[in-house]
Amino acid sequence: MNITTEYIIAPPTRWPSINWAELLRYRDLFFVLAWRDIAIRYKQTALGVLWAIFQPLVTMVIFTVIFNRMAGITSGDSTPYPIFLYVGLLLWQYYSNTLNNTSNSMLQNAAIIQKVYFPRLIIPTASAVAGLIDFAIGGVILFGMMIFYHCYPQWLGIVLLPLLVGITFLSALSLGFTLASLNIKYRDVRYALPFFIQILMYLIPVIYPAKLLEKYLLAKWLALWLLPISGVITVARSSLLGNSPIDWPLLGISLLMSIVYFFGGLYYFRKTERYFADIA
Amino acid sequence: MSKPIIEAVAVSKQYRLGGTWGYLSLRDELAKRFTRAGRLAEEQQTLFWALRDVGFTVQPGEAVAIVGRNGAGKSTLLKILSQITPPTSGHIHMRGRVASLLEVGTGFHPELTGRENIYLNGAILGMTRREIAEKFDAIVEFAEITRFLDTPVKRYSSGMYVRLAFAVAAHLEPEILVVDEVLAVGDAAFQRKCLGKMGDVAKGGRTVLFVSHNMAAVKTLCQRAIHLSHGQVTLDADVETVVLEYLGGLEGLPAEKVWMDPRIRPGDDMFRLLAVRVLDRENRPSSSLLTSQPITVEMEFELTLVHTAFCVGFDLLGPDGNEVFRSWQTDIVDAPPLQVGHNRLRCTIPAEMFNAGTYRIVPKASLHCMKWILNSPDPVTQFETTFDHGESYFLHGGDRPGPLAPILRWEALEPVAREGGAR
Repeated sequence: MNITTEYIIAPPTRWPSINWAELLRYRDLFFVLAWRDIAIRYKQTALGVLWAIFQPLVTMVIFTVIFNRMAGITSGDSTPYPIFLYVGLLLWQYYSNTLNNTSNSMLQNAAIIQKVYFPRLIIPTASAVAGLIDFAIGGVILFGMMIFYHCYPQWLGIVLLPLLVGITFLSALSLGFTLASLNIKYRDVRYALPFFIQILMYLIPVIYPAKLLEKYLLAKWLALWLLPISGVITVARSSLLGNSPIDWPLLGISLLMSIVYFFGGLYYFRKTERYFADIA
Repeated sequence: MSKPIIEAVAVSKQYRLGGTWGYLSLRDELAKRFTRAGRLAEEQQTLFWALRDVGFTVQPGEAVAIVGRNGAGKSTLLKILSQITPPTSGHIHMRGRVASLLEVGTGFHPELTGRENIYLNGAILGMTRREIAEKFDAIVEFAEITRFLDTPVKRYSSGMYVRLAFAVAAHLEPEILVVDEVLAVGDAAFQRKCLGKMGDVAKGGRTVLFVSHNMAAVKTLCQRAIHLSHGQVTLDADVETVVLEYLGGLEGLPAEKVWMDPRIRPGDDMFRLLAVRVLDRENRPSSSLLTSQPITVEMEFELTLVHTAFCVGFDLLGPDGNEVFRSWQTDIVDAPPLQVGHNRLRCTIPAEMFNAGTYRIVPKASLHCMKWILNSPDPVTQFETTFDHGESYFLHGGDRPGPLAPILRWEALEPVAREGGAR
C-alpha cells in the first residue's frame, strides 16, 4: 500500500501488453472473486453442493440408457460404457460450464467494470478457476465408479491428469476470453452460445469413442485437432482406464493448440478491454 | 515544491453519439456495413467531445473539487483518472495509487453476508486481504451493523446497506482518493458523518479529488476547485472564487423551460419531461415574484404508461444552492389523476412563505422506492422573490436569515409556576 507507484494514463497503444507485475498486485482480488463465484453458486438452494454431484450423475445415467442401451454405442474397447462416458462427461462439463461462465462473466460484472479499475483479465480467469470445484466434486463420483466397476486408475493417467485439466482450462478460458469480449459488444453471443455448446457436444467424442471419427476425415480433423478438448478426453480415457494405447501425437497437438488459442484469446481480450466500460 | 502527484496534459475524450454506442447486435453491424441506410446512419453519427484539452496539476496533499453542470465532463474526467476508460488523446502522469469511489457498494452481492461483502468490496476497491482484516472491526463499527454481520445484505434496510458500503470505502488508504457524489446517499446525519470522514482523509495529507453539486460540501472539504464547462477548464482557482462562478453560471435560468427537441427531453421510455414553468398569480410564467402571492410550479410531461408508483415533483433550492424542500404529486392522498400521453400538473406554494432571494427548481421523477427516472441535481428554472408579505411594521426593517420567512402565530399564555429550584 505504501509503495509509491508512478504511471501514465494515455490512449491505448496498438499492441497491448500484459502487465504481469500489476496482475500479481491484484492477486487478492482474483482469489476473492473466485471465492465469490463459488460461494454464491449454491446459496439459497436446498440441495446445495449436491447439485455438483447430481448433474453429471443423472446425465451419465440417462446418456447410458439412451446411447448405450438403445442406440448401441459402446466404448470401443473393454471399458464399461458408464465409466467410459463419465470420464468424457466430467471433462466436457467442466469445459462447457467454463465456456459459458467466462463468456457471460464480463457482462455479469459490468456494474463493477464501469466503476472500478483493475486488470479485467481477472474476471474470466477467476470464473474459470471457480468451476474447478465442481469438477473436483464430480471427480469423487468417478472414483466411486472405478471401485464399483473394478476399473482402477493407471499411474500414468494420474500423472497426466494435471496436464489434461490444464489443457482443458486453457482452451476453455481462451475461447471464453474471446466470447466475453464479443459478448460485451454483440449480445448475440448470449443466445448463440447455448446452441453452440449443444452442437459441440456431439462433435466432440464425449458419448462415442474417438475411433468412430476415423472414417470421416473432415470431422476427425475438425474435432480432434482443432478442438483440444477432444484430445484431452481421448487421452484421459486411455491413460486413466488403460484399455487402449495413448495417442501421444494427439496430446501434443492438443497442448500446442490450447497454447496458441490462449495467446490469441488473450490478445483479443486485451485489445478490446479498454473500451468495455464505454459500451457494456 | 515537490513534483505534482497528478499532472494532466491536454486530455481529450471523444464519444460517438447514436448508432453504435449502447446495445449492438451483429445484425446491426452487418446492416451498417452492407446497406445504404446503414451507411447513412453511420455518417449521421455525431462525434462528441466530452473533454477537450483539459490540463491541470495537483500537488500531494491538496483537496481539489471539480465542479460544473451536468454534462460538463466531470464524470468522464473521473473515469479517465480512475482508468475505467482511456482518453482519446493527451495523457495524465500519476505519482501515487488511486482509489476511486464513483459509487459506494460496488460489487456488493445481495446473497452474501455483511462480513463477506466487506471482503469482496474491499478487494474490488483495491485493498489486500490483510488490510481488510486489519480494518475489519473499524469498518463494522463505523457502519453500525455489528448485529447483522452474518445476515445476507439483501435483507438489509437501504440505510444499513449504504452505511456498510460507505464504511468500507471510508477505510481505504490510497495516496489519491477520487470521489464522485457518493455523499448524496443516506440520511442527513449519515451524510454529515461521511463528510467528516472525508475531511479527515483530506486533512491526513492525502490527495483528494472531489466532484459534487453540493457547494457547502465542496467548500468544507476543498481549498481549490476546477470549473469544467462543456468539457473544458474555464477556471482553476481557490474554492470561493470557483463556487461563486459556478453559482453565477446558474443565474441565467429562465422562468419557463421547454424542451422542444424530443431527443433531449429528460426522462426515460415511460416518462418524458416537456416543460417546467414558474407562474405568478395570473398563471403567467414570471421570474420575478412577490412573496405575498402564491407561487405556482407547473410541470408538463408525457407518459407512455401510468405506473401506480410513479412520482413526479421537484426540489426547491434556496439562494445558497441547498435544498429547501422536495414535493411530489403523491404527497397528498387525493393525488391528481395521470393519463397516458400529455399531462400538465400544477403545484402551488402558499403565499407568505419565501424570503427574498433567488430560488431554483430541480425537476424529479421516480418510481416510488424502486428507481429514479429523473434525478439530475441541476436546476432548470429559477425565480427571484421580493419580500413584501406580512403586515407587521417590524418585518420590513432588515434582512432575514434563511431561505424561508413564514409568518407564524405567537400567543401569550398564563405563566406556569416552576417547581423546585433551577434544573
